[in-house]
Amino acid sequence: MNSIHDMGGMHGFGKIPYEENEPVFHAPWEGRVYAMAMYTPKGVPGGFRYMIEKMEPATYLASSYYEKWMHARTQGLIESGDISQAELDEKIAYFRENAEARPPVVNDPERVAKALKAMYKTLPPDPAQPDPPKFKVGDAIRAKNMHPIGHTRLPRYCRGKQGVVDFVYDYWWVDDTPPAGEEHAIEPLYRIKFEAQTLWGEEAEPNQVLYIDMFESYLEV
Amino acid sequence: MGHDHHHSHSSADAEIRAKALEALLVEKGLITTDVIDEVVRKYEEDIGPMNGARVVARAWTEPSYKKWLLEDGTAASADMGYTGKEGAKIVVLENTAEVHNVVVCTLCSCYPWPLLGLPPNWYKSYAYRSRVVREPRKVLSEFGLELGEDIEVRVWDSNSEIRYLVLPEQPAGTSDLSAGELTELVTRDSMIGVARL
Repeated sequence: MNSIHDMGGMHGFGKIPYEENEPVFHAPWEGRVYAMAMYTPKGVPGGFRYMIEKMEPATYLASSYYEKWMHARTQGLIESGDISQAELDEKIAYFRENAEARPPVVNDPERVAKALKAMYKTLPPDPAQPDPPKFKVGDAIRAKNMHPIGHTRLPRYCRGKQGVVDFVYDYWWVDDTPPAGEEHAIEPLYRIKFEAQTLWGEEAEPNQVLYIDMFESYLEV
Repeated sequence: MGHDHHHSHSSADAEIRAKALEALLVEKGLITTDVIDEVVRKYEEDIGPMNGARVVARAWTEPSYKKWLLEDGTAASADMGYTGKEGAKIVVLENTAEVHNVVVCTLCSCYPWPLLGLPPNWYKSYAYRSRVVREPRKVLSEFGLELGEDIEVRVWDSNSEIRYLVLPEQPAGTSDLSAGELTELVTRDSMIGVARL
C-alpha cells in the first residue's frame, strides 16, 4: 500500500540519529514486546508488516519502533479473536491505577525449549516449482507501475523504472497480500540492479547503483 | 535532528500497555513469563554483532571459508552455528578498494538477526531509510565515512527475504593477528556498510 512506511527517497527527515553504545532494548518493555510479538504462537491476520503499514501515517510517525510492534501484535490478537478490546482496556486501566503491579508469572521450561528451537530454525527457502524463471541474468526489465492497496515489497521509488536482472534466486513465497481466499503465490525471486540516475535523475550522486530483490510478478519487459 | 526521537512522550504509557498485554497473554496461556525472559536474554547476550564479527574474522584468515561465505552465506554462517529467524537466506557482500556496499530496508527494518542481532535505532530511523537509497555518500559522510568518486557505492534495499551482511576489508597491518584478535576489530557498523575499518 502507498503509505508512509514506503519512505525510500523522501526528503525532510533530517540527519541520521546516532547513539553510541546503544543497548539492544532501551527499556525492559521493549524486549518483552519483541518476545511477545515473535513468540506468541498466533499469526497476525494479513501479516505483521501489513498491520504496521495500515497504521494512520501520523500515528506511524509518532510511534516508536516497538510501539509499532506492540500495535501489530495487539491488533492481530484482537482481529483473530484471541483477546478482546474490552479485556485489554480493563487490564490497561488496572495497570494505570496500580503502578507497582506486575503481570502474573507462569513458567514452563518445555515452552522455553520450544522457543529456543524456533529461534535458531531457518525457514525452508526455496519451495520447488515446475515453471522455470521467465528472466535471466542480464535481461533488461521494468518494475511494474503498480499500486496495490495490500502489502507489497515493491517500493514506490522503483516503480516504472528500468533495471537489469543481476541474479536469479530460488523460488520464494510472495509476501504481497494475496487475492481474497487465495494462498501466497510462489515465484522466482530476482536481484535487480538500477543505476542511480534512473531512480533519481540529475540529483543522483556519482558512481552509485542500487540493488533490490523483486518477485517475478513485479517485473515486465 | 529530532524527527526520530519520538520515544519520550509515550514511553510510560507504552510500558503500561505492554504490561497489560503480557498479563492477558500469560493468563490465557498464550505465552509464559520464562519464554519472554529467555528471548530477551538471548538477544541481549548471545545473538548480536559479535556473531557477524566471528564470521568476518574467519573469512579474513581462511581463504577457503571466505570463498564459501561469498558463494553461500547461509551455509557458511550455519557452519558457525548462526541460523534462525531472519536468516533463511544470507548473502554476503564484499567491500574492496573499488566497491563499497551499504545495506538498508526502506520499507521496515529487515536485518540479518542471526549475524547482527536486532538492528540499532538509526538503522530503523526515518532519516536513514528515506535518505540512504537517494544520497548514500552524504549519509555515509554523516557517519564519518568520506568515499572518493572512484569508489562505486552499491546500496542494497533489503526488502524481500534475503538478508545481507557486508564483509569489510581487513585493516592494513593486521595480517599477523589471530581470528580471535581480529574479531575485536570488526564493528557492527562496518558489517552494515556505514563504516570502513
